[in-house]
Amino acid sequence: MELMAISSLLQWLNDSALAILISENDFLFPWIESIHVLAITTFFGSIAMVDLRLIHISFLERSVHRLSLEILPYTWTAFCIAFVTGGLLFISKAISYAHNEFFLIKMCLLIGAAINMLIFQKITGSQMSSWVPHAQPPRAAKIAGIISLLLWITIIICGRWIGFTLLPTLGS
Amino acid sequence: MRPPFLLDFCASIESTSLSNWIQSQSWVIPTFQTIHLLGISAVLISILMINLRILGIGLKDHPLIFVLSRFTPVINLALIFLVMSGLVMIIGEPARSLANSAFQFKMLCLLIALFIMMIISKAMSEDSQYWQKSNKRQFNLKLLALISLALWVSIVFAGRWIAYT
Repeated sequence: MELMAISSLLQWLNDSALAILISENDFLFPWIESIHVLAITTFFGSIAMVDLRLIHISFLERSVHRLSLEILPYTWTAFCIAFVTGGLLFISKAISYAHNEFFLIKMCLLIGAAINMLIFQKITGSQMSSWVPHAQPPRAAKIAGIISLLLWITIIICGRWIGFTLLPTLGS
Repeated sequence: MRPPFLLDFCASIESTSLSNWIQSQSWVIPTFQTIHLLGISAVLISILMINLRILGIGLKDHPLIFVLSRFTPVINLALIFLVMSGLVMIIGEPARSLANSAFQFKMLCLLIALFIMMIISKAMSEDSQYWQKSNKRQFNLKLLALISLALWVSIVFAGRWIAYT
């Protein structure tokens, strides 16, 4: 029953006017994809800065709190752009993406990254403004940083593999 | 631009055993593309930090010379990974890259962007206050920062367009 609902939703997205517009236009898909790549690279670069600070490897001249305040607005902006452009790419070939295992893994890992971030914001890092600026962050915070880095790298790997496994393949 | 000598060069790369090996292994190109993407992330965020500092938008509590010396090694290291992973892709698919107008445009933008970075840091290596000494210099520096940002965005876009050109 639920599977039926999902497959009819996918069919509806796949046949929507927006999907047809993107998939039938020679330029729209590559342009959206370019913006997606620009957004994910900016996103990953900025979150890696914060993660490396959390793991106590780099950017030690700033406290975790200050670095987060300064960098995370860029991270979120880039994420939103990546989310919207990614959504448009998905809609344009909803059925193909939904049957691609790398796409499905990527979505699961995205949920994992969101959970990791939520736990950090609500529990582990909720007191970070009171952490001693140059001391090592708490162990749980370091682990959150390592998990975040590993998840996002794997998400990028999956994203690239989608381009080579999506049927029909294009834009590899 | 597809001059005959370039196509000949591509053909001779394509006939090497390394190129054949890369083409025969379906995991090689996506793996190095992923490494390339991670390298782009490192360069892009570093360029963004330096240029936002120049434009007076970000990292305002650190002097520019500090931000530059902070991120230049990151850029240099990432560029090594980018060149190496880029070379693997070129050797694997020479005609798709070297003879591709999007690739050629990307390389042109890259050269100009690196040249701009060089101008900025060269002037500062001799005199760390060089760009602050007159309004005209401050204006020029900000202009260079804007051009640099536009070039790096173009580099990323052109990189993706190689697949479609």
